[in-house]
Amino acid sequence: MTADIATRRSPLDGWTSRLAELAPAVRLAERPFVSQLTLRLPDSSRAAAVSTVLGVELPSAPCTFAKGTGPHGPVEVCWLGPDEYLVLAQPGLQRTLESALRAAIGDAHGAVVDVSAQRTTLTLSGPNARDLLAHGCAVDLHPSVSPTGTCVQTLLAQAGIILLVREAEFVVLVRASFATYLAAWLLDAGTEYREQPT
Amino acid sequence: MQLIPCPWCGPREEVEFHYGGQAHVAYPAEPAELSDEEWASFVFFRDNPRGPFAERWSHAAGCRRWFNAVRDTRSYELLAVYRPDQERPVTT
Repeated sequence: MTADIATRRSPLDGWTSRLAELAPAVRLAERPFVSQLTLRLPDSSRAAAVSTVLGVELPSAPCTFAKGTGPHGPVEVCWLGPDEYLVLAQPGLQRTLESALRAAIGDAHGAVVDVSAQRTTLTLSGPNARDLLAHGCAVDLHPSVSPTGTCVQTLLAQAGIILLVREAEFVVLVRASFATYLAAWLLDAGTEYREQPT
Repeated sequence: MQLIPCPWCGPREEVEFHYGGQAHVAYPAEPAELSDEEWASFVFFRDNPRGPFAERWSHAAGCRRWFNAVRDTRSYELLAVYRPDQERPVTT
């Protein structure tokens, strides 16, 4: 007999205390179940309608993200390609946002896909967060090169990631199947920043 | 490691990219009219110059977009990168 209650487990379920071991040099934590939608919008005539639904303008410059607060709460829109965006919103909003965005696009050429289960989210902050990422990521994350609002798709320790530079933290979006590998790699790469036992 | 300048994302490491062969290979205008030999030539035969060569690259680990690059096959130097909708720039 199978249980008929589906319990949602995040890819890094059970890693919370291990991820916290790098504090205070690097504060590493998973932010599970972020609503994520891929938005393809080659028809820019609907960009204004989409912006109204989200409460934030679509980012026009490559490798940036835009954030704002709209009818569906705080939303971040990441540039993934010339006509491709990733919408990040609070957990549980994917269905609502999906239908709202589809209505905004209407008959125009475009697509909205719920990809919330595709990736999980890791946040890194603290004095050594950038050093830790630099161990496996070739993109220069110095504020003079990657200021707040940068969103790059690149490789971190050979795993494909989307990296967002927020004001006080880095956000790493990683595929669910790579999440435990990347968490283990981050813990290993961060060994030198651990507090020495006294 | 060689840096390849993606037309959208800027310079990134070569491992993020995927090679796509010679650029500007036009699909036959009248595919039904082609002989087997002409098909084989279209599908399999590519230039192999010593010097500037226009080729297709995909930023596989980044924006996943295809673009064209003119690369000197002797020095591996990238002389130009341009989007698929742009003309091949003049390189010396």
